[in-house]
Amino acid sequence: MTTRRWGALAATAAVALGLAACGSDAGNTGSGGDGGDSGGGSGLKVGIKFDQPGMGLKKGTEYSGMDVDVATYIAKELGTEAGDIQWVQAPSAQRETLISTGQVDIVVATYSITDARKEKVSFAGPYFVAGQDLLVRADDSSVTGPDALDGKKLCSVTGSTSAQNVKEDVPGVQLQEFATYSECLPALANGGVDALTTDDTILAGYASQEEYKGKFKVVGQPFSEERYGVGLKKGDTALCEKVNAAITKMVTDGAWQKAIDDNLGPAGYKPGAGNPPTPDACS
Amino acid sequence: MGEIGDILAKYDVLAAFGMTVYLTVFSAVGALLLGTVLAIMRVSPVGVLRSLGAFYVNTVRNTPLTLILVFCSLGVFFILQLNLEPASSPTFLRDNAIRWAIVGLAAYHAAFVCEALRSGVNTVPAGQAEAARSIGLTFGQSLREVILPQAFRGAIAPLGSVLIALTKNTTVASIVSVSEASALMKVIIENETAGTAVFLVFAIGFVVLTLPVGMLFTTLSRRLAVKR
Repeated sequence: MTTRRWGALAATAAVALGLAACGSDAGNTGSGGDGGDSGGGSGLKVGIKFDQPGMGLKKGTEYSGMDVDVATYIAKELGTEAGDIQWVQAPSAQRETLISTGQVDIVVATYSITDARKEKVSFAGPYFVAGQDLLVRADDSSVTGPDALDGKKLCSVTGSTSAQNVKEDVPGVQLQEFATYSECLPALANGGVDALTTDDTILAGYASQEEYKGKFKVVGQPFSEERYGVGLKKGDTALCEKVNAAITKMVTDGAWQKAIDDNLGPAGYKPGAGNPPTPDACS
Repeated sequence: MGEIGDILAKYDVLAAFGMTVYLTVFSAVGALLLGTVLAIMRVSPVGVLRSLGAFYVNTVRNTPLTLILVFCSLGVFFILQLNLEPASSPTFLRDNAIRWAIVGLAAYHAAFVCEALRSGVNTVPAGQAEAARSIGLTFGQSLREVILPQAFRGAIAPLGSVLIALTKNTTVASIVSVSEASALMKVIIENETAGTAVFLVFAIGFVVLTLPVGMLFTTLSRRLAVKR
């Protein structure tokens, strides 16, 4: 047993503890949001991810990421100053529920527009087009795209669309599914898995994290199209029009490009084809 | 309720619950064995064993199951690289995930089995142990022939509760890559969005699994308890 392994083990324990902390954090946030609501503030309630560096990340009381910047811009256009926004954690599985029960006004949380989701909520946007890609160790040149995954070990999140896509296209791949992408990273660094798959934006965010800088690279061959939209209450076309106008304005006045450069630039990320997108018509 | 029909037609719900049952059965056997050993340690006349048993129970019982399973998967399997299936296997990750999840679940629930059994030991009057020792039985013999058989019969009801808790706790294994019921639920929520139908399918699934177990153990505890 080498010292390095024990060190890595200690790091894992820290990750696991962090997970536990996240769990309790989520509970606090829910009640905190409710409390703020009864205060009668006019603040917009925005659902974001709290655990995705580069897109939506909560560090202490600070929120950062592309989704946060987009949401802040939209909120300003809707008449809510940045300080008055109530941020609510919106994990993937709870996004529809949060919207339909009115716990949030809009959701800006790497929320891909799909037909199944359109039956429950309405979307404004898209404000960004991402694609599914692979993250590999910087010194690994054997994984060049999804076709090279046969017989390799791939990490993703339980139930995610990314994992399902690969399982269908490359049956020979061995899939490890954790609760969050954060747990995939130590396994990838350690050689336990060969690649991590999800949207390239999220991968770029992880690759540019301080502790993993230079260790990982994004393969850069997107093999799907994820159109990130702003989730709204179903049928709220008035709000949808306003959000679309805000997105269009954000693209034309340069704030959109700045948000990408600020949040995903450090990883050398360049937006793929279809960006900047034109928002769909509201229905 | 056409939505429920759609879900059942489109997804292999039965296979997912099959994995839940598989995890439950193997973890239950492991937990029963380890829990019995722990219970014996905790009632043994050797001080060191008693302290060790108490330490294990207090540590494991008060650690979140999520933490234990993530530790088994990420810590022991991925970082210490202890494999329960040869690396050449085409289902290397899948089998290791299932086996390490069983180890984690068994280790966690053994603490509860131990305490259930210890409560069973407490139902045996002290006079029985004294009588067993006075006719010349050793500690091991009196435990095997006199105390434990009665303790198990007295502990059936709490053991049933542990088994029901274990059945439901297997859902935590979805976060370490075991495709059991709650992992399929996450897939369905991702594809179809969350709805009452999804909730109902899985809630009913678990009730179907746990309700008969509860009824069986209640009946058993009534029929098998030592009449005093």
